Amino acid sequence: MAGTLAEKVWNAHVVRRGTDGAPDLLYIDLHLVHEVTSPQAFEGLRLAGRPVRRPDLTIATEDHNTPTLDIDLPIADPTSRTQIETLRRNAAEFGVRIHSLGDADQGIVHQVGPQLGLTQPGLTVVCGDSHTSTHGAFGALAFGIGTSEVEHVLATQTLPLAPFKTMAITVNGQLPAGTTSKDIILAIIAKIGTGGGQGYVLEYRGEAIRTLSMEARMTICNMSIEAGARAGMIAPDETTFEYLKGRPHAPEGAEWDAAVEYWRSLRTDDDAVFDAEVVLEAADLEPFVTWGTNPGQGLPLSGNVPVPAQIPDENARIAAERAIEYMGLTPGMALRDIPVDTVFIGSCTNGRIEDLRSVAKLFRNHTKAPGVRVLVVPSSARVRLQAEAEGLDRIFLDFGAEWRNAGCSMCLGMNPDQLKPGERAASTSNRNFEGRQGKGGRTHLVSPLVAAATAIRGTLSSVADLDGVEAPDGSPLEPATV
Amino acid sequence: MEKFTQHTGVGVPLRRSNVDTDQIIPAVYLKRVTRTGFEDALFAAWRGDPDFVLNQDAYRSGSVLVAGPDFGTGSSREHAVWALKDYGFRAVLSSRFADIFRGNSGKQGLLAAQVAQDDIELLWKILETHPGAQVTVDLEARTVHCEDVTVPFQVDDYTRWRLIEGLDDIGLTMQHDAEIAEFEKTRASWRPTTLPARHLPPAEIVPARAVHADDALS
Ligand code: SF4
Repeated sequence: MAGTLAEKVWNAHVVRRGTDGAPDLLYIDLHLVHEVTSPQAFEGLRLAGRPVRRPDLTIATEDHNTPTLDIDLPIADPTSRTQIETLRRNAAEFGVRIHSLGDADQGIVHQVGPQLGLTQPGLTVVCGDSHTSTHGAFGALAFGIGTSEVEHVLATQTLPLAPFKTMAITVNGQLPAGTTSKDIILAIIAKIGTGGGQGYVLEYRGEAIRTLSMEARMTICNMSIEAGARAGMIAPDETTFEYLKGRPHAPEGAEWDAAVEYWRSLRTDDDAVFDAEVVLEAADLEPFVTWGTNPGQGLPLSGNVPVPAQIPDENARIAAERAIEYMGLTPGMALRDIPVDTVFIGSCTNGRIEDLRSVAKLFRNHTKAPGVRVLVVPSSARVRLQAEAEGLDRIFLDFGAEWRNAGCSMCLGMNPDQLKPGERAASTSNRNFEGRQGKGGRTHLVSPLVAAATAIRGTLSSVADLDGVEAPDGSPLEPATV
Repeated sequence: MEKFTQHTGVGVPLRRSNVDTDQIIPAVYLKRVTRTGFEDALFAAWRGDPDFVLNQDAYRSGSVLVAGPDFGTGSSREHAVWALKDYGFRAVLSSRFADIFRGNSGKQGLLAAQVAQDDIELLWKILETHPGAQVTVDLEARTVHCEDVTVPFQVDDYTRWRLIEGLDDIGLTMQHDAEIAEFEKTRASWRPTTLPARHLPPAEIVPARAVHADDALS
């Protein structure tokens, strides 16, 4: 029978079919663990006297709570310190591989899996974190789970799961200069809404998706969850294989050939049927920014803050009024006139090497707007090393930006990297909820290019606002290996 | 998970509706890394009031909570169920439960029994006129018994079966251990494993230090 990519991966992992409406039991290939959502799961195992069934399919790293400065000193915040020490103890006790602060493979869990080559096409990947959808960029079925489920996977390497629906999101044509995959996903969420993907696995397809790099694809899949979806996926292709080849955990030799042959079968059949379809033209896209307090409240940067009185739907009007008030904006003002205090470049959405390169290329020829604080936080320690080998750190520091150690940082402000009440940020992260980046903080979600242009001009800006500058791509300034 | 067929214990009348999970356990307790020891956190805000029902001697050792409608609404925190269990409750009776709370209860072996509001009122009256009265919850018969009153309750068949058998989700899945092992044998050899660990060469990570944006420019 014809099937979609998501159905093929699902079917390849069914240990036991549920009957009479009971869920299927699905095998999990890769379980990523971090310090915030795992302590009670390990404690549950301990209370029940159960081991971790497959430590060899499990990997832990420290990211949500970790400081990005002075990582060699004891962690000041007692809660953060306790969570991290608990993870270290649990990993040792249960035999789980861990990459701790200061280790070259430490970083945001959704960066660590791909960069080690552990995230591969056709796998089922779970983590106690909603942005696990990132790994779908490789053609894996990847989704976030709750703490009880973390315990369930640790104990059994399976999960009972109810089936999902499938949605095709086709992006035709080519992206205009100055726009990135972040603009694609922000435009999709603005179009279908933060609940538009509920119950679905999204499959991104079309020419604009096919021409994206692996890292750019990860940005799109990462934010599937912000459209309410269970997961997002992109069929694997040469770009995927290229990225994986030679990574530490990628197959080698004959195994590689066998793997690639299987991976090539992981595409939606031509006659497969999706439960829903959405189509976008890439040529229509502009740099996108959010003006409100959920990722669906976004507009092209050339637009204006909405005027609630003109919104016919009552719920949307009330939501807009509340968001505009929280964000401290004036209805109708040009988005380009919004000044920011902070620019945050980082997170599992846009803290990878290509993001840092494109930012550095803009910073290199410009000076920072006075008074703007710029934080550059690589998504992993390896990304930091790579950036330093290419000399990007010097460019950031010369520009007046802060160059930090890896972690989630200001994406969620569980560590000291937070906005103060009333402060406004242009942020390359994925959530602009009230208080997400610090109590009372105001967040505009943007692409790395918009973030960089904003750091230069001081107000929300795109590359086109910088005279005579062409939009950079993610290629290195100087070839470098680490 | 402990098997649950019948339970007898002191009934606690909680004359409140819409008891949300923030009331059951305030957010400040969520930072803990354990999943036991939440007994002091249960209804923490209300426990400061000497008149609160659990602060009265007759009810202190209660294990059957008789609550108003819409119990367990709000945040999905599983800690709400842990706190009730840690305090010693085995069953909560209400005319309506929030879905997620009901689901979490089933997973953790706490019986969320749905009782008609009229019957809840009846039980409240008995428990208030006879503080410390014993309530018997019979899961096999799906009845609640207190003094001379016996009323029915509802619970879905699947949850009831799991509680009677003492099976949590994990226990249930483990019954299929042979099938899981069978599946694992079919896993292609090129699928990745995290162990033995493979890395790029180790490298030193230099700790970042605070810089003033302006220093870097000068
Ligand atoms: S960077 Fe942000 S979104 Fe990504 S894992 Fe960390 S906290 Fe979650």
